[in-house]
Amino acid sequence: MHTNEISMLINEQIESISTNHNIVKINNLNVYADSHQILKNINLTIPKNKITVLLGPSGCGKTTLLKSMNKLTDLYKELKVTGNIFIEDDDILHTTKNVPSIRQKMGLLGQRPFPLPMSIYKNISYGIKLKGIRDKKLIAFSVEKYLKEVGLWEEVKNRLNQPATSLSIGQQQRLCLARGLAVKPRIILADEPTSALDPISSKIIENLFRSLKEHYTIILVTHVLRQAVRLADHVVFMYNGEVIEQGSPNTLFNTPKTQKLKEYLVDGN
Amino acid sequence: MLLKRIISDKLSGVWMLISLTAILLIPLFIIAGLYLKSTPLFNHQDFLRLISSSEWQPHKGNFGFWPFIAGSLYVTIIAFALAAPVCLLAAIYLTQFARSAMMRIMLPVIDILAGLPSVIYGVWGILIVVPFISKILAPAFNINTSGYTIFAGGVVLAVMCIPYMLNMIIEVFNTIPMGLKEASLSLGATFWESIKHVVIRKSYPGIISAFGLGIAKAFGETMAVMMVVGNSVQVKFNPFEAGYPLPALIANNYGEMLSIPLYDSALMFGAFLLLIIILLINLIFRYFIYRTRVH
Repeated sequence: MHTNEISMLINEQIESISTNHNIVKINNLNVYADSHQILKNINLTIPKNKITVLLGPSGCGKTTLLKSMNKLTDLYKELKVTGNIFIEDDDILHTTKNVPSIRQKMGLLGQRPFPLPMSIYKNISYGIKLKGIRDKKLIAFSVEKYLKEVGLWEEVKNRLNQPATSLSIGQQQRLCLARGLAVKPRIILADEPTSALDPISSKIIENLFRSLKEHYTIILVTHVLRQAVRLADHVVFMYNGEVIEQGSPNTLFNTPKTQKLKEYLVDGN
Repeated sequence: MLLKRIISDKLSGVWMLISLTAILLIPLFIIAGLYLKSTPLFNHQDFLRLISSSEWQPHKGNFGFWPFIAGSLYVTIIAFALAAPVCLLAAIYLTQFARSAMMRIMLPVIDILAGLPSVIYGVWGILIVVPFISKILAPAFNINTSGYTIFAGGVVLAVMCIPYMLNMIIEVFNTIPMGLKEASLSLGATFWESIKHVVIRKSYPGIISAFGLGIAKAFGETMAVMMVVGNSVQVKFNPFEAGYPLPALIANNYGEMLSIPLYDSALMFGAFLLLIIILLINLIFRYFIYRTRVH
């Protein structure tokens, strides 16, 4: 392993355990799709090393909010984003830093798994290589480490060169999680990651989130109330492009302040 | 009532089966028909000699098809070399970079280009490509030529194939889910890296399929190529020489000179050969598609 690569890894670990309480701060965020406003004046903070659940009915803007955080909204030319999103005090909407390095701070897990069209091994090594790491031993070490972290190593260690699409959907979703972790993000953005999975695979992913929050901040989009109750340390309730309420799950679920949340909790149950 | 519905259900299945069988049988009938019509020639000359000989002297009973096979291959290779990168890059631009308004404008234009009769491309070739080659391009290499060359055939064929292949590649790129590109970007890839490593890679089978169909179409194209290629029976590897592709041989001569013994059989053999080569091209591309899907 090269010295500079080792020092890079150490620096990343040090950065990841820095002690800023809120890792994401969003001020006056608005997202427009042509004349339609998808997100309306969003103001919220995401606590570090916690699971923050973005809760709300379909179409309320949860996914757009998530995609704004790693600038995937740039892909959609019809979207216009205004406001500020501070990730570790860096305003990513107005920063001069390059976008790929911003995105590497946030691992993305989609509604359904999207394994890259390559082998299981290369799915993990892809992001590592994009970070400039070329040492084959270090890459192999990382591949094994992150596949173990998501509990997939034993299932795939003898077929690492097979296409990632040969895995089951549940395995593919864990592979995608491992792939995201391999670029050492600070935050995991999970957009309804269990919606396409069977109950057993869903439970595995939920358990993984519980163990991962020790090292990562997890922002989970869901409209499944029970999942939010099971996992959330912090809840943000959204409705029609607005943040209606946010706070601890106990407060929000037991003493909702707004009529919309009350109705959602009643309908959701 | 129920009985009527059941009978109708069964009958619809039968009709579909008949249609499918007809589709499958037609190529077999064509192959069999062409083969049977070619047999008098096989009795006169063996197959290997027919496809490898360059002697084309129908009056003396010499039917060497190599100049026509070589002409077809050469024109097709030039057309493919010119059209494939253009199609790929244009499809990438239209699907990945351009605004949706541009796509809305371009798609009907591409459809119109794909639907133009080949004779129009041929006339364009005579008016623009042939003079360009004879007056500008060939003189730049110190070559004197009339412009009616293999290269002219290749250029015209490339222009003809571009809308056809482009349409298919655009369709392929449009099937790639946005989530896949987002996954690559979120791992820190740039936009171009995501296209190169993910979008194009995922599209390999479709791209190869589009190229295969494009080549097969180019190989069998007759009219436009015939109008600009010079139609001279010779094997020359200089693209500024005239050539004589296989379809042009059939189109130019069928119905004429049938008084020459075995001539009609030779032309049928030409058609048979054309069919077999196109089938081979398709099989080769099928194999490539299979390989990319496996890996």
